[in-house]
Amino acid sequence: MAQRDGTTRRMSFGQATVDAMRSAMREDDRVVVLGEDISWGGNFGQFRGLLDEFGPDRVIDMPISEAIIMAVGVGAAVTGMRPVASMSFVEFTLGAMDEIVNQAAKFRYMFGGQVSVPLVLRASDGVLRSSAGQHSSSLEGLFTHLPGLKVVAPSNPADARGLLRAAIADDDPVVYLENKRITAKRGPVPAGDHVVPLGSAAVRRTGSDLTIVTYSVMALHAEKACARLAGMGIDTELIELRSLVPLDLDTVLSSVVRTGRVVVAHEAWEFGGFGAEVVAAITGQAFDRLRAAPVRVGAAQAPIPFSPPLERAVVPGEDEIVAAAREVMGLC
Amino acid sequence: MRLTGTMSPGLSLGIHRTMVRIRVFESRVEELFKAGKLPGFVHTYIGQEAVAAGVCAALNRDDYITSTHRGHGHAIAKGMELGPIMAELYGKATGACRGRGGSMHVADFSVGMLGANGIVAGGLGIATGAALSARYRGTGQVAVGFFGDGGINKGTFHEALNFAATHRLGVVFVCENNQYAQFTSRLRTTSVEDLSVRAAAYGIPGITVDGNDPAATYRQTLEAVARAREGGGPTLLNMETYRFGGHYVGDAEVYRASAEVEARREEDPILRWERTLTNEGLMAAGARDAVWAEAGEEVSAAVSFAEESPYPEGGTALENVFTRIR
Repeated sequence: MAQRDGTTRRMSFGQATVDAMRSAMREDDRVVVLGEDISWGGNFGQFRGLLDEFGPDRVIDMPISEAIIMAVGVGAAVTGMRPVASMSFVEFTLGAMDEIVNQAAKFRYMFGGQVSVPLVLRASDGVLRSSAGQHSSSLEGLFTHLPGLKVVAPSNPADARGLLRAAIADDDPVVYLENKRITAKRGPVPAGDHVVPLGSAAVRRTGSDLTIVTYSVMALHAEKACARLAGMGIDTELIELRSLVPLDLDTVLSSVVRTGRVVVAHEAWEFGGFGAEVVAAITGQAFDRLRAAPVRVGAAQAPIPFSPPLERAVVPGEDEIVAAAREVMGLC
Repeated sequence: MRLTGTMSPGLSLGIHRTMVRIRVFESRVEELFKAGKLPGFVHTYIGQEAVAAGVCAALNRDDYITSTHRGHGHAIAKGMELGPIMAELYGKATGACRGRGGSMHVADFSVGMLGANGIVAGGLGIATGAALSARYRGTGQVAVGFFGDGGINKGTFHEALNFAATHRLGVVFVCENNQYAQFTSRLRTTSVEDLSVRAAAYGIPGITVDGNDPAATYRQTLEAVARAREGGGPTLLNMETYRFGGHYVGDAEVYRASAEVEARREEDPILRWERTLTNEGLMAAGARDAVWAEAGEEVSAAVSFAEESPYPEGGTALENVFTRIR
């Protein structure tokens, strides 16, 4: 975590999340962490060093009992604490789906606003080196479907820190998704207590021909795709959502009405995915400004396979974004 | 030996009053539901009153409970007022949850009632989390997680007991064993006959209690709560009782003989307790009648309050999905 100059620090995505945790825990002693293996820093180093600084009362090793991790989080959250619950892999959240769907997401509403549920659920998602069907999924679509949950999915260390800080400070349950392939990636993080508000998209690149809307690891693929498209004479605007709920639709629409062409890309399954919601919102609100039918990029309709060539065949990346962009431009 | 034991007359009579208030409330709910006045469906607590009344009498106002789909009795015993509960059952704006929750989601966090929960055993982990929070905040509060003989077969029961026992958390798991998990006798679905033995797997005390005797439910809870407050960890209490009504009001009850229900009515916890109070000279017949009459008036007032209250405006339906949208 070397200090590069007075305004930014370079660190990995994982270190940036630890930095956010440390700031939140120093500031507010109601913040505690509940998760599997967190004394050892977590599966991806997302909790490294927290036990030493904050002790076992605040950094609590949980059994591999996902339902109880989440239920204890809810019980603590509604009685005056601000827990951060951790599941190493997003598939493990499925063992806590009742607690996420029926308890955390609904408590405030169902009980008439008596109580808030200030709880963050951190989970790692996405493919990483042939982790196969049960350790490779991107499940944000399950969470965004549920009223009462906020969902964020950053792609770089600065946003990782800023959004986690905002998520912990938020009074509602927030699902914080961290893609496994970017946990070790390093980048600059603004010095000081950097916070990125929930519900604000970032315009990563301005362009006039086409808008790409994306998030999480796909934002990194999209940046490379934009460079290739520039080489083909296509001037692309790149919007990274960062927050899925709340969704910054204004930023998306203000771009689409200028370019008239849009690609929405995510690593999650295309069928029934979050991209469908974004495309529906765009066509519903800017139909007369579109010059071509929007195109989605997402995983093919199969569980993520193990064998590397099969995994590559199912999961989209840079090439698929380029192909989709050319399709929207009417070039193929 | 006096069956009320060391309980003060005031406490013994107070528990009686709570039981009667629950019985009268639930009987009226049954009538109102059958008359088509209540939306949704309702699960009544009739027959199990000694559990809620005895357990909650052993708790402080700021202690926590989590409840079940059959939660009206717990809500009343923990100190919620009848008007807001009834109005919630009607779906009115003045309901405890402003009409958003209904019968299965009655809650009042100001009296430590962390919600009736429509998911079987759904409250156990939440009670465990509340106990963790109380320990961390150093408040001395304990939590009671109510569940049933159906809930004891849920994974969350086992996960909650393991975690609470590992950390010696101040939580009491109260199994309200009314013999039927929805329509199915527990004897057909459960590996052990005495449900309290499941505590042994987690190294905590497990005690079977006569759940129709409020002196027993009170005393066993008091002991468990004392242990919990002192850092001695959780207890599993298996309170044997019986559900006089069906799973829900209107249940045809094809799964049990009416003779079985009639036989169990001999064990009616309120009649038993009234005999005890009478035998021990704590309650005269006139005083008994006054308790029932007073409860009847209180419930009537709650019904009037509910019926005179407005429904929530449709325009408020999206309030409180989030605390703040961004």
